[in-house]
Amino acid sequence: MLALIRHTGWRTVSNVFELGGIAVFGGRMVYQTFSPPWRLRRLVDEIYTTGVLSLAIVLLSGAVVGSVLGLQGYITLVRFGAEQSLGSVVGLSLVREFGPVLTALLVAGRAGSAVAAEIGAMVATEQLDGLRMMSVDPVDFVAQPKALALLISMPLLSALFIVFGLAGGYVVGVGLLGIDGGTYITNLETSITFRDEVVGSVLKSVVFGALVALISTWRGFTSAPNSAGVSRATTGAVVQASVATLVFDYIITALWGG
Amino acid sequence: MRDLLVGVFVLSGFAALAYLSIQLGGSTYSGPGGLLLYASFDEVGGLAARSPVVIGGVKVGQVKAIELSPDGDFRARVLMDVDENLKLPDDTAASILTQGVLGSQYVGLEPGGSETMLGDRAEITYTQSAIVIERLIGRVIQSLGNSSDGDDKESRSEPGDDG
Repeated sequence: MLALIRHTGWRTVSNVFELGGIAVFGGRMVYQTFSPPWRLRRLVDEIYTTGVLSLAIVLLSGAVVGSVLGLQGYITLVRFGAEQSLGSVVGLSLVREFGPVLTALLVAGRAGSAVAAEIGAMVATEQLDGLRMMSVDPVDFVAQPKALALLISMPLLSALFIVFGLAGGYVVGVGLLGIDGGTYITNLETSITFRDEVVGSVLKSVVFGALVALISTWRGFTSAPNSAGVSRATTGAVVQASVATLVFDYIITALWGG
Repeated sequence: MRDLLVGVFVLSGFAALAYLSIQLGGSTYSGPGGLLLYASFDEVGGLAARSPVVIGGVKVGQVKAIELSPDGDFRARVLMDVDENLKLPDDTAASILTQGVLGSQYVGLEPGGSETMLGDRAEITYTQSAIVIERLIGRVIQSLGNSSDGDDKESRSEPGDDG
């Protein structure tokens, strides 16, 4: 019994320590973002690996999710004779939830894991110590461009996901199921408002981008310097970033009312 | 090559964001608005801001706002923004209609034959309120209750599972 209490207390304290470590780590990256030297060259390269290389999976998923929403929405709505509202159903669910959340989960899996693995491997091969020896701050040189690239890529990928999803819903609803195209577009446009839906959606994807960036770089930096540590860091980055995304999705939805 | 791809990615991302915020999130009515019209209704039903205003099936504007009438008679006053090039006679009628059975509601305008035209911030006097389906159902149930009990057996068939 006493051992259980001791264990719980120890876990709590160590979790608080880790949370503080993450906060300081994130603060350092924010500080480095606004202080020279700006490493634009490295940022462009990182946007290529995190953003451009995630594009294929994000666009494909967007089109498929939009098509499935179109099909499922039609099957449900046609029972009530309200299949004309398909545009609102597909649009609202994509803009509010599926766009930001699924993009964040996909990016966590595709790019977040790569970031954690790469930094973890640099820890294992003592490259970060080498940087420190040359008095180059590894947080500034390695982590910050990767995190900033994730943060920039996420809203852009999410917007592209939504646009491809809307197109997928249009193809299924209008092309296959025979809903009037104008009705689909009109319903889409009347149901989505700038303040509630679009701003909320972009806000979500920016927060998710920050979460994925922070968690995957932190897990890479704190990985044990061996192959088991790297693999654990990679898995942990994906799992923790995904869970954090889902939890924050609920919090933002509750606060924003979208 | 890498830089080019990153540039294309960032540009297309911004294009998608712009499409979401301007085309979808912005004003739905992209024609020339500018003519403000008021119309008071006893009941607006599910009409909302940004609902379309239609003449003969053609969209000519949108609902800007819905508020309680300032006259204190507890009617709903609908503010509409329609194409300023329209020459609407001052005996134009406004009615709240529904797309399909459960579709969204919109304002339909029916121009009359008067010689004088509606100006900016004019009030449309001939209005027809929204049909509230709950009230219709209530009336049907009421009238069914008044009819004879013999009809009961027929209406007690199992609801069909057509899913």
